[in-house]
Amino acid sequence: MHKENSICGRKIRKSDAVLYALIYASAALAVFLILGIILYVFVRGVGQINWTFLTTASSFLKGTVGIAGNIVNTLIIIVITLLIATPVGVGSAIYLNEYAHPGKLVTLIEFTTETLSGIPSIIYGLFGMMFFGKIWGYSILTGALTLTIMVLPLITRNTQEALKAVPASYRQGSLGIGATKWYMIRTVLLPSAMPGIVTGIILAIGRIVGESAALLFTAGSDGKLAKSMAAFFGKIFESGGTLTIELYLRMSNGEYQVAFGIGCVLLIIVLLINASTKFLAQKFDVSAKG
Amino acid sequence: MKEVYSIKSNRKEKAVVETVAQGIFTLCAACAALAVAVICFYMIKNGTPAIFKVGLKEILFTSTWAPAAAEPSYGILWIILTSIIGTTLAVLIGVPIGVLTAVFIAEVAPKKLVAVVQPAVELLAGVPSVIYGLMGAYILNPLMYKLELWLFKDSSTHQFTGGANLISAVLVLAVMILPTVINVSTSSLKAVPLHMRSASLALGASKIQTIFKVTIPAAWSGIITAIVLGVGRAIGEAMAITLVSGSSVNAPLPFNSVRFLTTAIVSEMGYTEGIHRQVLFTIGQVLFVFIMFINVVLTKILKKGAQADA
Repeated sequence: MHKENSICGRKIRKSDAVLYALIYASAALAVFLILGIILYVFVRGVGQINWTFLTTASSFLKGTVGIAGNIVNTLIIIVITLLIATPVGVGSAIYLNEYAHPGKLVTLIEFTTETLSGIPSIIYGLFGMMFFGKIWGYSILTGALTLTIMVLPLITRNTQEALKAVPASYRQGSLGIGATKWYMIRTVLLPSAMPGIVTGIILAIGRIVGESAALLFTAGSDGKLAKSMAAFFGKIFESGGTLTIELYLRMSNGEYQVAFGIGCVLLIIVLLINASTKFLAQKFDVSAKG
Repeated sequence: MKEVYSIKSNRKEKAVVETVAQGIFTLCAACAALAVAVICFYMIKNGTPAIFKVGLKEILFTSTWAPAAAEPSYGILWIILTSIIGTTLAVLIGVPIGVLTAVFIAEVAPKKLVAVVQPAVELLAGVPSVIYGLMGAYILNPLMYKLELWLFKDSSTHQFTGGANLISAVLVLAVMILPTVINVSTSSLKAVPLHMRSASLALGASKIQTIFKVTIPAAWSGIITAIVLGVGRAIGEAMAITLVSGSSVNAPLPFNSVRFLTTAIVSEMGYTEGIHRQVLFTIGQVLFVFIMFINVVLTKILKKGAQADA
């Protein structure tokens, strides 16, 4: 914007000056908080991270602290959740964008999708405990199914955005040379919308990694490592705490050093997720290609 | 699938595949609606028994929370008020800072600075809530405790909380809603057409006058959305404030150890049973009602905004 918007000598009003000061102060405070939190967690936590911390489970006998069990649990939950949520979320977006005619049904589905993204995670936790927990108890599966509902809107909305960005000419061209609708969706739309879908998945991973309230009463808090392959698959039906849950428990016990170590690992994951969504958005901008 | 390039060939098979595909997609879409219905049903089903056993008035409008006493009492009035007051205060602190930061990003800051500030804000949005809790418990609570010791050094009635009090929780919540408020406000400010600003500047208004008299009013529906989303995030946040807000049920006064709707669930769900557990579900139900109310309000605003834009 132009600095000189008056032809006469510039006189700064007092009220202007005060508001400028407020704006700068707010922005400075926000940036200070962001950098403060991130740097503080890094500085306090980075010393805690070493090979034992990352690759073993905590052992009372050896007196070592490790988060490998929690890392594995987090990964298993991510995989199960995405295996269910991705097809359903993408399918839902395809229906909304390609098949549905505007009407009550679409309004209902869009309203409920919005509602799902507004429900706080503690409610998901309660629901998961009552619904899935009745069947599988405190287990990784219960946690993953609960999170599936939670990340569904995220994937649906991102896919929908991506589908909307695919030019209509792609559809017309494909249908015009005789493809059926499903063939067109499979071979033209989905590949073009892939970056958006992947972005949705990455955001979902971010949400799962950061989630705690929905998991506390569904997936439980166990941090042991599976000893054999059979035990590994059996683990799905057993209690398993993710990184955030472990952080919370350590924090409740006053073990702040370990908590900061886990916090540091979590922040690194968040940074990676952020960077990869940015990268995807830039690299595969369908609308920019035209 | 067979690849046959004839218009006369397997039309039937194709038609079946088409119908099946459409059916599956419709089912997928119905999942969201189904999930909301089931969640609603279960919240009501599990929250209602306690209301009948204890009495709606007893639960909602009495303030003694003593589920383990010989004559148990399940009043959650303080808990509800804590959630309302805590959220209100957090929004009152967080929203002005957030909106002004959004103004900074969208209107005032040079491009180079925006390139640093905006990604940082987006990053803040992704930070897990337990980390905010960690910072609150590790840094804010000791500071609050010092303040408390200084303020109440002559008081004989004050119960010391070790810094885990309403103010700490409000501050953590205020920081947590910042990214939501900043991101949504920024994009609504950026969506205000340039010609509105140009017209205002051409009439001789200063830049600040333009921002506060033209741009912000024009972006108002987006800013309201940001505020409502912030309210939703603050009222639903659990893990970040469980340890920061203290653990006993008290009147929501600044230096009291308090419990929110969310933290009441988190701190007791693990070990309770019987009516006590059912009352916790009722607390969840109350929270759910708040959230659904906020959601409906939000949808109304969004619709209104869409109409105003059109």
